[in-house]
Amino acid sequence: MNADPIVGRAVPRRDGPAKVSGAASFTAEVPVEGLAHAALVCSTVAAGEITGIDLTEARSAPGVVAVMTHHNAPAIRIAPLLITLRGASFTRAPVMQDARIRWNGQPVAIVVAETPEQADHAASLVRVGYAPAEGRLVFDDLKVGAPQPDHVQGEAPAVLRGDAEAALRTAAARVDQVYRTPWHTHCAIELHATTVAWHDERSLTMWDATQAVTHSQATLAEVFDLDPEDIRVVSQFVGGAFGNKMMWSHQILCAAAARLARRPVRLVLSRSDVFRVTGGRTRTEQRVALGARANGTLTALVHEATTTTGINDGFAEQCTFPARVLYGADSFGIDQRVVELHTPANSSMRAPGESVGSFALECALDELAEQLDVDPLDVRAGLEPAAHPTTGKPFSGRHLLEAYRLGAERFGWARRSSTPRSRRDGPWWIGHGVATATYPYTRMPGGRASVTLSADGCATVRTAAHEMGMGTATVQAQYAADHLGLPLDRVRFEYGDSRHPAAVPAGGSAQTVSIIASVVAAARALTAELLHLAAPDSPLAGAGAGADDVEMRDGGLHPRDGGPGESYAAILRRAGRAELAAEGAASPPTETAQHAMHSYGVQFCEVRVHDVTGEVRVSRWLGVFDTGRIINPRTAASQFRGAIVMGIGSALTEETIFDERTGRVLNASLAEYHVPVHADIPPIDVAWLGHPDPMAPMGGKGVGEVGMVGVAAAVANAVHNATGRRIRDLPITPDKVLGL
Amino acid sequence: MIVINGTPHDTEITDPRRSLLDHLREDVGLHGPKKGCDQGGCGACTVLVDGRRVLACLTLAAQAEGRSVTTVEGVGRDGGLDPLQEAFIEHDGFQCGYCTPGQVCSAIGMADEVARGVPSRVSPEIGAASFDLSPDEIRERMSGNLCRCGAYNGIVAAIEETYLDGPR
Repeated sequence: MNADPIVGRAVPRRDGPAKVSGAASFTAEVPVEGLAHAALVCSTVAAGEITGIDLTEARSAPGVVAVMTHHNAPAIRIAPLLITLRGASFTRAPVMQDARIRWNGQPVAIVVAETPEQADHAASLVRVGYAPAEGRLVFDDLKVGAPQPDHVQGEAPAVLRGDAEAALRTAAARVDQVYRTPWHTHCAIELHATTVAWHDERSLTMWDATQAVTHSQATLAEVFDLDPEDIRVVSQFVGGAFGNKMMWSHQILCAAAARLARRPVRLVLSRSDVFRVTGGRTRTEQRVALGARANGTLTALVHEATTTTGINDGFAEQCTFPARVLYGADSFGIDQRVVELHTPANSSMRAPGESVGSFALECALDELAEQLDVDPLDVRAGLEPAAHPTTGKPFSGRHLLEAYRLGAERFGWARRSSTPRSRRDGPWWIGHGVATATYPYTRMPGGRASVTLSADGCATVRTAAHEMGMGTATVQAQYAADHLGLPLDRVRFEYGDSRHPAAVPAGGSAQTVSIIASVVAAARALTAELLHLAAPDSPLAGAGAGADDVEMRDGGLHPRDGGPGESYAAILRRAGRAELAAEGAASPPTETAQHAMHSYGVQFCEVRVHDVTGEVRVSRWLGVFDTGRIINPRTAASQFRGAIVMGIGSALTEETIFDERTGRVLNASLAEYHVPVHADIPPIDVAWLGHPDPMAPMGGKGVGEVGMVGVAAAVANAVHNATGRRIRDLPITPDKVLGL
Repeated sequence: MIVINGTPHDTEITDPRRSLLDHLREDVGLHGPKKGCDQGGCGACTVLVDGRRVLACLTLAAQAEGRSVTTVEGVGRDGGLDPLQEAFIEHDGFQCGYCTPGQVCSAIGMADEVARGVPSRVSPEIGAASFDLSPDEIRERMSGNLCRCGAYNGIVAAIEETYLDGPR
C-alpha cells in the first residue's frame, strides 16, 4: 500500500495522448498482411424461408474472392449465451446454417473481395428469393398472455409479497398507470469491426471490437469446435460499446468466411448493419401501481413489465429490479413477461432494465407525491427501507438519504415550485424533476490476473480485460500501484488480449471490482513467490514470514511487525532473476450472498418547455451518487456524465422504429436515430458521497450504469412540473408535449 | 497530388468510388480520421481541407486533388500536441476516443469560422465581423460531431479554454 494513496487522485487518462493525436489503433486499423474485405447481405423479410440465392453476378464482380451462404457455410454450432458466462452471445439463433429467416436484417450471405468497395458492390448483386411467412411482429397483439421467462438475469421473474392487488383497492391514495419505452440502439460511434486470420485449420487470431475478450474466445471455440488455446482474441482500443459489443453473428461469419477464402478477412459493419444485424434494447410496457396511506407510506407496490426478445433468445430485460430494492411497502406484486418477436435479439444496453424500469417506477412515485401533495423527495425519503424490501438481506452500504439531502441543497430543490405550470420565462415553461437511481453491484466469477516484477522494480499487471472508454487502463494502474506499493509510473497495465489471464466481460458495471479482486489474488501469489525467492541473507528470510506477515509497500516487501524489509528489485537481484511473475484467480464473489449490494443515486433536473413548439430543453442537471470508493474522480465523473447524456437521449429523442408490417428498422442511421448532440447537453453537475462499501473489494461499486438510471423519469417529472402534462411514453417528443 | 499534413502525396486513387476517408485510412495509412457512419451523420471523419472542416466520408478522394488536407495527425506542433489536444486531455473531453480526432479537427475549423464572422443559429448578430466563442456558440457549432460516450461537457470546456483569446 502507498502511504499517500494514488487511488482517489484525478489522474489523466493514460491513453489520452494516443487518443487525441490519432495514434490509438482501433480494430479496423490493425495492419494484417494479405487482407481481404467482407460485406454482409441481410434479409429484407422478418420471417420465412430463403427460396434461392443467385450468386452469378456477385461471383463475377471485380475483386470477389469468395461468397458464403448457408449452402457452403461450415458447420457452426449454437453460440453460448453471455448470461451463462460460457460465451458472449445474446442469441441462440443458428448462424447461416439453414434457409430459415428469424428477423429482418439477418445475414444471409457474406461476400469477400479485395477492397471494401468491391465487397459492398458485389453484395449488392446477390439476389435472394424469399418465401415470407407471417412473423410475430405486432407487440400489442402478442403481449396479452405473454409467458414469464424462466428467470430475469438469474432472479425470479415474479416477487409476490402479500396481496398487493387487494391492498391497492383499499388504499387511501392510488396511482395505477402504464408506462412505455421504445426500442433503443447503442450507437457506439465506432462501427463493429472484426478481422480474422487463420493460422491453420484449427487455430486463428481475431482482432475484434469487443467488451468480452475471454468469452469471445470461448464462443469461437464452441461454435467452430476448436481448442480455446488455439484461438487468440485481441481488442485494444474499443470505440464505445455500451453493452452491444459482444459476440454477434458477424464475427462468426467473418471467421468462417476467412477460412473459406483462405485469406485474412476484415468485416466492418455498415451503420445500418449495426441497427439491423445486432440487437438493441427492448421496448417495454410497464404497469406500476402504488397504494399509499395519507402519510405516503406504501401499502402496495405493483410493477408488471412486458419486454421483448428475438425468437428463442431469452434475455428478459430486468425492468422490475428497481422496484425490488428501492422502497419499503407492505405488499409487492412484481411480475415480468417476455414476448418473442421476429426482431434482432434483445441485448444489454447501458443500465439494462434499471434505466427503463426506473422511468416507470420513478414517474409513478412523482404522480403519487402530487396526489398526496407531498414533496416527491420527501415521499421517497419516507419509503427508505431498513433492509432489502423483498429479500430481507441487510444492505452492505446504502446512503440514499444523504444523497437526497446533499443533492437537494446543491440543486436548490427547495426553490422548486410545487405547482405545475407556474414558472415561465418568455415562451419557455420551466420545471424541475427528481428521480432515484439504483444499479446492482455485481462481481462476476472467473477473473484472473498476473503481476510480473522486473529487475528494475517495475510491475506489469496483465488481464484480458477491456477499455471502451471507462478508464480501465488508468484506474487499474492506480489501484495496482497502491496495492503493490509502487509509484504510478512504475506500473504497467496490459489488457485486451486473450493471451493474458482470463477476464470477465466488461458489463454489469462489474469489471473494475472484478479486476481488483484478481489483482489482489495475483499480488498475494506474488508475495508468496517473493518470500520463497528471498535468499538466506535477505532481511526477510529470517522472519519466517508468510504472506500474511508482510506487506507490499515502498517498492518492496516489509514485515508487518516493523522488521527490515527488502525491495522487489533487491530480491530479484539477489536471486539472479530478470523478472518474477505470479498469477491469481479472484476469490468467488460471495459478498452478495449475505448482503444486498447496490449503487445508488439521485437525479435532479431543470427543463424548459416551449409553449408553442413543445420542444423540451434540459437546462440544468445534478446527479449525486453513492457508489462506494471512487478510484479516479476524473474518469468517474465522465462515466456519470456520459450515462446522464445517454439518459437524456432516451428521455427526449431516442427511438428505434420497427415497421410492424415488415419487422424492418426504419431509422437505421445516425441521421434518423437521434442521439444527443452538443447542443442538447447543458453543463452536468455530478457529485458522489464516496463512502467505501465494506463488503466490496477496495470498497468500490460500479459507476458506469447507475448514472443513466432515473434520468428519463427526472426529465418526465420536470416536464410535468413545467407544463402540467404527464407523459408516460418515451421519448418525450414535441407532439406528445402538445397533446397532438 | 494531395498535400496531406504538409507533405505532398502522389498515392494513386485506384477506384473512383474511393472516399477521401477511405483514401486516407486505407491507401495513405492515416487512421486518425474515423469511420462512424460513412454517411455524414456523426462527424468522426472530420478533416480540414484548405483549412475548412469537411466530412471526409462525403468527399471523394478525387475531389481533394491539388488541395491541402490536415488530419488530426497533422494538427500538433513541433512534434508535440496542439494546446487544444492538451486541453482535451486535461478536461477529459473523450472516453473511448473514437470521435476525438473528428472533434479536434472540427473545433479547429469552427474557431476559424467564428474568426471569419460566419454566424450560427445562436449568434446574437448576423453580419458581425466575428463572434465571441461562448459555450452556446461552441455547442451549436460542434453539434455535427457526435460523442456517444457523452463527453460533451469536457469537449466544450477544452475548446472554450483553448480559444479564450480567439483562434491561433
